[in-house]
Amino acid sequence: MKRILLALLVLGTAAAAASAQEALSPEVEETGPAPPAKVAARDTPNDAGNSVTVSWAAVPGVVRYRIERAGADGEFSELDFAGSVATSYVDQAAATGTAYRYRVVALFAGGGEAVSGPTSAVASSPQWFNSYLTGVALAIVLFVGTIVYFVRRAKRGEHLFVRRIAGLEAVDEAVGRATEMGRPILFVSGTGYIESIGTIAALNVLGQVAKKTAEYGTKLAVPNCDPVVFTVSREVVKGAYTEAGHPDAYDPNSVSFLVENRLSYSAAVSGILVREQPAANFFLGPFGGESLILAETGSTTGAIQISGTDSTTQLPFFVVACDYTLMGEELYAASAYLSREPLMLGALKGEDWGKFIFMVILTLGTIISLAAGIDVGKILSTTGY
Amino acid sequence: MKTKLPLTLMIIMAILGLTGYFMPHPTVDTLNTYLRNTLLRIISAFALILGLGNLIQHHVKRIEKKGANWRQSYTLLAGLIVTAIIGLFGGVSGDGMLPTQVGNFKYDVQTLYMQVLNPLGSTMFALLAFYMASAAYRSFRAKNFLSVLLLASAFIVMLGQVPFGYLISPSIPDFSQWIMGVPNTASKRGIELGVTLGALATSLKILTGIERSWMGGGS
Repeated sequence: MKRILLALLVLGTAAAAASAQEALSPEVEETGPAPPAKVAARDTPNDAGNSVTVSWAAVPGVVRYRIERAGADGEFSELDFAGSVATSYVDQAAATGTAYRYRVVALFAGGGEAVSGPTSAVASSPQWFNSYLTGVALAIVLFVGTIVYFVRRAKRGEHLFVRRIAGLEAVDEAVGRATEMGRPILFVSGTGYIESIGTIAALNVLGQVAKKTAEYGTKLAVPNCDPVVFTVSREVVKGAYTEAGHPDAYDPNSVSFLVENRLSYSAAVSGILVREQPAANFFLGPFGGESLILAETGSTTGAIQISGTDSTTQLPFFVVACDYTLMGEELYAASAYLSREPLMLGALKGEDWGKFIFMVILTLGTIISLAAGIDVGKILSTTGY
Repeated sequence: MKTKLPLTLMIIMAILGLTGYFMPHPTVDTLNTYLRNTLLRIISAFALILGLGNLIQHHVKRIEKKGANWRQSYTLLAGLIVTAIIGLFGGVSGDGMLPTQVGNFKYDVQTLYMQVLNPLGSTMFALLAFYMASAAYRSFRAKNFLSVLLLASAFIVMLGQVPFGYLISPSIPDFSQWIMGVPNTASKRGIELGVTLGALATSLKILTGIERSWMGGGS
């Protein structure tokens, strides 16, 4: 009997211990840390591949997250860590075309951790079109459409009004003055590189100015600080002389390369300004701090000075030191204004209308954003900007 | 043909550059990077040779003709040749086959750049302070309402930058900051907006072949 009772006691104790053990596990599950939920992995959109984005729902009380990745072998290994406020992670080490599964481990103070379930396998792939930029593409199409519309109107022979730009009206005066005085014209197409749109705009004006110097028989000096700009300048001037019907008047030495260093260049051009005493100076294109050195030296020689730049920080220097200054976009419009070709004027008109439409959209957007309290920055950040 | 070929090449390159902005695919990116970096470097290298040739030719002619200040051309040519020899045979920091140190006197390209070109450049840059003063003297004349406005704004901004302005009134630095932060920034952004849209329009005009002045106005 005693044996039976002892056996029952042992069995009862074992059963109680087992039931206590069983009860303990659900208790840990219930009161312990919860694993990250809604864990998902997707190919990062609008990129060049090699990237998978993992996202999850925030877990309260977490210290940080450990992101684990499994490749073809199915074994999960540590990939990286994310901070406590993070709810997504971009794996930029994912090989394009290889399928990976991910899981997120929530790490708690005291060493506790909770592992999420694995995501479905996802492979990274490159995209051909960045859909975030659809708006930009549409805006460009709209802009081009406006230009095409006005170019067509110009082709039909319609008169298109373009407002007077004093600095460009003065080009004839400057060339005429130099011709009368028998002194050269100095043309500086900025201190930027050929990639700069300001340099290209300046070279467009150079073509028009060179045509006038060819017609008037005035000496032209075009010193350059970039070798590529130098070669293009030379072709522009040569082409302009040919276009004007005076190819023989073209002097290859009129376009020269001085030095690439901007400050050395400004010293060299200052020397030319003082020695040659040009009657008219053109400073058009992108400039740095050397703008004032050039413009002030030119000013002391008494030359008529026409400047223009898209570098907003240099505009004040030109405004105070030159007779006429083309501000920002006026520099881009200069070529069309000087040539007076209907096609170019049509494009200029279309450009202005395009800008007007953009300005209206921007103003309306700003008003709506301010009135409705919409955080535009937040919206843009979610669309990849 | 002389006009059509460069125009066609330009349009192809421009379209490639534009599509590169919208297409993140590595094929497009690799092609664009190659065009931008490799091809442009090759063009730049050849252009530099042309530029140097032009510089040497110009100064040699000047010496031959004994034009104005012709002796200075000797200095330029000598400097060009000596620097080229040191750079080619002495290495950038004196690690070439040509010795670039006599006792404590170093004359490698790095030293020439740091000890000669940089101080000369700094001297030129320092001249800006004087040019600014003379330009300010000329422009800050109260001739009409706008120039009075300019003069007053400049005066307040300058006072706001020095402790003396705070001594006169603690609100001067704040007002100075307001001028810089509100009216100045507003006008600057206006110009920048115009510049950005103007640059886009100019690019499109070049891309579509409407703007051809860069080819000397050739049509």
